[in-house]
Amino acid sequence: MEASPEYAVQMHGILKTFGVFTALDRVDLDVKKQTVHAILGENGAGKTTLMNILYGLYQADEGEIFMGGQKVNITNPTEAIKLGIGMVHQHFMLVENFTVTENIILGDEVCSAAGVLDMAKARKEVMDLVEEYGFDVDPDAKIQDITVGMQQRVEILKALYRGAEVLILDEPTAVLTPQEIEKLIEIMHDLISKGKTIIIITHKLKEIMQSADECSIIRRGVYMGTVDVHQTNETELASKMVGRNVNLTVDKTPAHPGETVLAIRDLTVKDERGIEQVRSLNLDIHAGEIVGIAGIDGNGQQELVDAITNIVKAESGSIKINGEEIVNTTPRNTFLHKIATIPSDRHRWGLVLPFSVSENTVLERHADDEFGPGLTLDYGKMREYTTQLIKDFDIRPAGSEDERMSGLSGGNQQKAIIARMVTAAPNLLIAFQPTRGLDVGAIEFVHKTLIAERDRGAAILLISFELDEVMDVSDTIAVIYHGQITGTFAQGTVDENQLGLLMAGGEAK
Amino acid sequence: MFANLILLIGITLMYSTPLIFGALGGVISERSGVTNIGIEGMMVIGAVAAATASYFTGNPWIGFLAAGACGALVALLHAVASVSFAADQTISGVAINMLAPGLALFACRRFFDGAAMTPIAPKLPKILGESGLAGTAFANLNVNVTTVLALVFTVIMWFVLYKTKWGLRVRAVGEHPAAADTLGIDVYKVRYCCVILSGMLAGFGGASMTIAIIAQFTQTAISGHGFIAMAAVIFGKWTPFGAYGACLLFGFTQALVIMLGGGDFVVPSQILSMLPYAMTIIVLILFVGRSVAPKADGVPYVKGSR
Amino acid sequence: MSKLEKFLRGRFAAAVVAVLVGFAISAIVLAAAGYNPIGSFAALFNGAFGRPKYIANVIIKATPILLTGVSVAFAFKTGLFNIGAEGQYILGTTLATIVGVKLNLPMPLQVPIVLASGIIGGAALGAFVGWLKAHFGIHEVITSIMCNWIAFYLCNFVVMSDAFHKPNSTSALQVNGSSYTMILGNWKKSPDGKAFLKGIPWLREIVAKTDLNYGFIIAVIVAILISVVLTRTKLGYELRAVGFNRDAARFSGISVERNIVLSMLIAGAISGLAGALTITGISPHTITLLAAMESYGFNGMSVAFIAACSPLGCIPASILFASLIYGGMSVQQVMGAPSDIINIMIGTIVFFTALPGVTPMLADMVAKKRKEQESIKVSKDGTPLPEKEV
Repeated sequence: MEASPEYAVQMHGILKTFGVFTALDRVDLDVKKQTVHAILGENGAGKTTLMNILYGLYQADEGEIFMGGQKVNITNPTEAIKLGIGMVHQHFMLVENFTVTENIILGDEVCSAAGVLDMAKARKEVMDLVEEYGFDVDPDAKIQDITVGMQQRVEILKALYRGAEVLILDEPTAVLTPQEIEKLIEIMHDLISKGKTIIIITHKLKEIMQSADECSIIRRGVYMGTVDVHQTNETELASKMVGRNVNLTVDKTPAHPGETVLAIRDLTVKDERGIEQVRSLNLDIHAGEIVGIAGIDGNGQQELVDAITNIVKAESGSIKINGEEIVNTTPRNTFLHKIATIPSDRHRWGLVLPFSVSENTVLERHADDEFGPGLTLDYGKMREYTTQLIKDFDIRPAGSEDERMSGLSGGNQQKAIIARMVTAAPNLLIAFQPTRGLDVGAIEFVHKTLIAERDRGAAILLISFELDEVMDVSDTIAVIYHGQITGTFAQGTVDENQLGLLMAGGEAK
Repeated sequence: MFANLILLIGITLMYSTPLIFGALGGVISERSGVTNIGIEGMMVIGAVAAATASYFTGNPWIGFLAAGACGALVALLHAVASVSFAADQTISGVAINMLAPGLALFACRRFFDGAAMTPIAPKLPKILGESGLAGTAFANLNVNVTTVLALVFTVIMWFVLYKTKWGLRVRAVGEHPAAADTLGIDVYKVRYCCVILSGMLAGFGGASMTIAIIAQFTQTAISGHGFIAMAAVIFGKWTPFGAYGACLLFGFTQALVIMLGGGDFVVPSQILSMLPYAMTIIVLILFVGRSVAPKADGVPYVKGSR
Repeated sequence: MSKLEKFLRGRFAAAVVAVLVGFAISAIVLAAAGYNPIGSFAALFNGAFGRPKYIANVIIKATPILLTGVSVAFAFKTGLFNIGAEGQYILGTTLATIVGVKLNLPMPLQVPIVLASGIIGGAALGAFVGWLKAHFGIHEVITSIMCNWIAFYLCNFVVMSDAFHKPNSTSALQVNGSSYTMILGNWKKSPDGKAFLKGIPWLREIVAKTDLNYGFIIAVIVAILISVVLTRTKLGYELRAVGFNRDAARFSGISVERNIVLSMLIAGAISGLAGALTITGISPHTITLLAAMESYGFNGMSVAFIAACSPLGCIPASILFASLIYGGMSVQQVMGAPSDIINIMIGTIVFFTALPGVTPMLADMVAKKRKEQESIKVSKDGTPLPEKEV
């Protein structure tokens, strides 16, 4: 396509390699002015890399960028900002212990003389912006004290403060409630009406259908074309994204719940700052049942898991597994009670990355006599055991027992963790954000494994910030808000809006 | 009794001065996200440079400036390693702590015929001149000019860190370098500046030992002061005034050692000498959990990673 | 890949490059200060290996720094920075002296007990630092440095105390002779031994003229043992897991606190053993009033880093540094250059081992140059140039 003033941004033939890996293979992107343009692709497809190039964080190996028909050369974020590009990253780029105003002016400070900050004037400029766009943000609040939705608005303000005309939003809905998503879409349309252009990066089809005008699809670094959103549907987009027909629903039979496996009573847990994150929480999970916890990040999910796994001490309350109390014991005791956990941050909690795959598979079990008598450790036995797991769970590459764990892809690392947890035949399997950052194939695998474990008779606690995942996989959905379970529903008896309201602290209708 | 109290205050101020400079160096470096264990080595370099330059030029102020410059030069090494090469900042700092005493003694022996200490060098003045308040009960409050300078530097650093755009940027880089980077702030440049500045301050700290408290460089002039200063940074919650207060406390223990050691006290001097070090450990036990380090402290920033 | 490039990507490259740079920088410093670098290095080499006696002394010097090196390397492999080897060493010498002076048992009992007291001293200090880290989260580097000074003054206190001070000297009393660990210790002084050694001059030189002792053999055994513990036992596995990823280790049920204390305890024990072996192995067989740190612990860190924290790698590394330190003394005698140049050299070497990116960068440079040359060759042959790399 020719460079033309009708387009806010055009990227032509963008090639980007990291070592031997080709992240983007001559990708094209043409974004019309005053539209919402979605970039759709799986995790790792190269969407964010493409936008980082537009924002000057990376340099393309080949290719050209045009803005309004003019060729531009963007070598760093400062250039991009000058050209009127603003980017809201998936992981917010906000300094937690700074105020909203400080975050907004950082790098483009309002100063009186000789570099001395003029905070009063800065505050007024921020207030003007807040009023112009009708955002609900307190300029004096610290970032660590405001909600995720507000933090996102601060990010957008940061871009607007710098005069952004083109706004890039990277996975903007990943952490929002359905209501906040609606509000964001409103904001986006308002911005378009004020002359801005928006590019959103996402792998969520529903939001593209709701918010975007056009959608460009990238699959494994290759540009697959652009479609008019008004003339397509979710299934078509999904198959273009993945490259085959995908089943968007999760297949499972009705649950047959048995005995109570996990019984939590009046559990209260404080975080490291001494603030109660879990407050008198009650929860039951039965054998052969998947209980999904719906909620926004930061409502006590982490502390709940930490307490069950005995990573932190609970203030009070009881956690019983098959009638036995395990609260405030040790992580080892949790494991001995056949509780297995797929952690939310696999690199932090789940894996020792510099260890080999086989060293990782025995993290819980290395002390067993199976892996060497007495004090010794038999690497041969560990390898045999791991070879079997690699085969059973299709961990790739095959024969990677001695590879460092850090060399495996995210999906295969997750498979390695799941293999480790499932072979323990747990009574309770906790899956905390089990599909984070995985591609569609790996997500299907994770969901199938959870259901298979349920059918084996395990109790499953699924905690996810993706409401769709909770609604699709769980037999019972429980909403967590402010450290308490504020509603429990059987699958199919509740809709997204009701859950969304509860997640935001409201009453269900 | 009153005279003793004045003496105690005087010695406390005197001995806390090198620590304050070192701690300010630690604050500025760590606030930008670079752990600087090499403060000790930079103080040693400053100590030898100050005494040597003061001896040869006859002007202690030139000695003071030379100390800052040499400390900054050594800090540049640490900056190259920890900012440009994303090296393990602890190892780099330790290497500097090995390199610096070697360099200091080598220079000392080279300039002074193989002696491991410099001759007596001209000292920086006291605030009221050599004989100010002499004969009065307050004679011991006629402190070294470096003691005042340390306070001035503390105020300046507080102002820069919290009231200017550079301070805002330094703090942002230490908390969330990627965020600063996306707003066009050069993380590497900020960190280079802060580390070099920390070396300069540490150099001043060395100088305030060898051309203010004593009048020469010796092998033990700086013995663990840099590390006590680092403990003061933690105790002082990474703020200039906090560090200043913490250093006063450590200076006070040092003063106690001298006061108690001088009298007919039963505790042997070797045991008393342990006091500042033991005190540091006790203070850390009491306070370390309660203060929060800059989030990116000690983490190398690699462009393109989050 | 060329041979040079292959070497630069290999596991020894970083150490070799660091040593070369260390020599280069020292040469520059020497030249700038007006000394002949080549002459100085010749004196250094001659001073370390010129006579059998020198070699024996290098081995004697290597003993403590091999052990402190293994101590630092072991701790580092488990994620801890044992900058406290110095203090652990000092406490090892102090306790060994106290016990060696007060106790006088037959040699087969006396030697193990004296060595054990040194080990206990070092282990206690190490465990204390580990405990502070595990339970209060205080960085081990700062507490270790503080403990170094506390050990330093404790040692001086013992030297000056009424019970142990040797009158009219700056040292404590000598340990009893039954604590000695010299090779052929008594025999070499007996008439028989003297007569025998007279016939073999080189043996006489290394045995009779030095304090050659069993220490180095013990140190090598410890290095091997630690290597086995780290790579072939459950304990080593747990310690390394904690070292690499504390959170994942805790999550999988490994006790992080216990392993941190244990790791520092073992590291301290090894450094304490180094101190005890100094007392039993070499004269004056006692502690003396310390004016400055003796640097056995700090040199151990250099040994560990140049060995990339491999316990077995510490063996050659300790010989290298011992020869630098011992040979370095001749530099001052022969050339008049301050022997502190050796500390500059060692500091430089450690500094360069801290830079992870240097050797891969050099390898990339070599590779690039080779490609450029190849493309020139191709064009001379008349074949088309390969597409320009961007």
